[in-house]
Amino acid sequence: MDFFLQLLVNGVCVGLLYGISAMGFVMIFKASSVLNFAHGELLALGAFIFLSLITWGKIPVAAAFILTLAGCFLLGFIIERFFLRPLIGEKLIFVIMLTVGLAAMFKGLILLIWGGNLHTYPEFLPPSLEMQLGPIYIAPVYSATLVISIVFLILFGLFFKKSSQGIFMRSVADNQKAALSLGVHVRRVFALSWAIAAMVACMSGIVLGIINGVNVHDLSAIGLKVFPVVILGGLDSIGGAIIGGIIIGLLETFTGGYLSPSLRDVVPYIVLVVILMVKPYGLFGLVEIERV
Amino acid sequence: MGDILLQLNNISVVYSNVIQVLKGVSLSVERGHIVSLLGSNGAGKTTTLKAISGLLKPENGEVTDGNIIYNSVNIQNRAPEDITRQGIIQVLEGRQPFKYLTIEENLRVGTATRPGKPYKEDLEMVYHYFPALVKRKKALAGYCSGGELQMLVIGRALMAHPQLLMLDEPSLGLAPLVVQEIFRIIKKINEEHGTTIVLVEQNANMALQVAHYGYVMENGKIVMEGTSAELSDNPDVKEFYLGMAASGMAKSYKDVKSYRRRKRWL
Repeated sequence: MDFFLQLLVNGVCVGLLYGISAMGFVMIFKASSVLNFAHGELLALGAFIFLSLITWGKIPVAAAFILTLAGCFLLGFIIERFFLRPLIGEKLIFVIMLTVGLAAMFKGLILLIWGGNLHTYPEFLPPSLEMQLGPIYIAPVYSATLVISIVFLILFGLFFKKSSQGIFMRSVADNQKAALSLGVHVRRVFALSWAIAAMVACMSGIVLGIINGVNVHDLSAIGLKVFPVVILGGLDSIGGAIIGGIIIGLLETFTGGYLSPSLRDVVPYIVLVVILMVKPYGLFGLVEIERV
Repeated sequence: MGDILLQLNNISVVYSNVIQVLKGVSLSVERGHIVSLLGSNGAGKTTTLKAISGLLKPENGEVTDGNIIYNSVNIQNRAPEDITRQGIIQVLEGRQPFKYLTIEENLRVGTATRPGKPYKEDLEMVYHYFPALVKRKKALAGYCSGGELQMLVIGRALMAHPQLLMLDEPSLGLAPLVVQEIFRIIKKINEEHGTTIVLVEQNANMALQVAHYGYVMENGKIVMEGTSAELSDNPDVKEFYLGMAASGMAKSYKDVKSYRRRKRWL
């Protein structure tokens, strides 16, 4: 029973990270219908930039974290401006192929600069984050994950519900033509959704790097895990992405714990296939409001 | 004529480089007036509005000839973000709400042309014109009735403080009483705010009642223009758009002929 609870907690923490990273993916999809295949590479890039800042740059951890997030936010803007924007109005498949190209480019870049070895961050989480709830032991990295995820979720909730820019972003996802007719700057919304997506991807990259170590191949493979997550949650539901993430995270840790660690990477995809057969729109996919 | 706010000089619009929809449309809109644009389906009314508001571009249309002058500046083929910031807001045909946003969030999108500015007073103003929206303000727009949605999209446009408001068939698919209510409010907005309004309508009767001036379009051209009184008296307009016999009496089925009266302007 203790083992079960332990796995449950770890699963939820990792799952929240998957969920937040998938949220970035969903955001781009909702705003511009583009599937971003470079998501995993963005994740890895964030982890490596953070690594460089704290080991080579000797910048304090908190500053490095914020700097990395800001840098990735900017990177998202740049990607949209120089790679995506020239393709507005072109067929969607071209845009999606472009993101595949971006993925290869980023991966190559990371291999060139940092190599393909496993790096680790120096220990920097204070041991005071360690928690012991009855029989369950929560390692500092997991409690940090929990805190960061919840802060991000609340911030995003407020941003999309209350701020004007958040409402404009939702309006573009909802009805692009009407948004255009009211003077919403649609290209700016696309750019912003890339920027936010890149930022949350980097954030989850860093945290996953703390948990598993920093390696290009592992991290970009985790980026691919957004597919089972978003398909489980419904491609166009941000809340669904979070719940999908938690479910996939739990499945992974339980298979790793009870069956075999080598199966943990396969199970999410098996679930993906099953979900596609049973509920092709995902658990929380948009139920079209139909006026009859 | 008085102060001209908007002038279209002989504009042609072509979609996808081949399909010519407008073939030389000229019209002018006086500041503070309501101008109606009448015509049957496919006459080019909506295209005319889109040419003005810049919404042709996303549909691969282009003004190939002529010019559009607004406040003595050329605005043809500009981006919609730019044109809306000059004070031209088009209310699209078929209402087009943001279905998954609440009524109040929908209204807030109307402030996109001036982000960061206070909007509370404007919300009050919209609720004042459309009291029906107040009790629905937390409801998702997708679940509101057609009349509420029409009020919503007009209100949403008002949030942008338009100088020129272009309404595309506000009466589409609404009950006659709701239509009357909407037109009464359109008239009131025009009188109280001095907003210039271009009104595209199939419901010629209602449109001519509120408008100062009118144009009739057919096949991508303006075929007739005049003050609303002149148009209402014109025998052709009566026959084809107001559903009356040329004499002005209500038309009886007894008089329906197997051939149609020839449109004199064709």
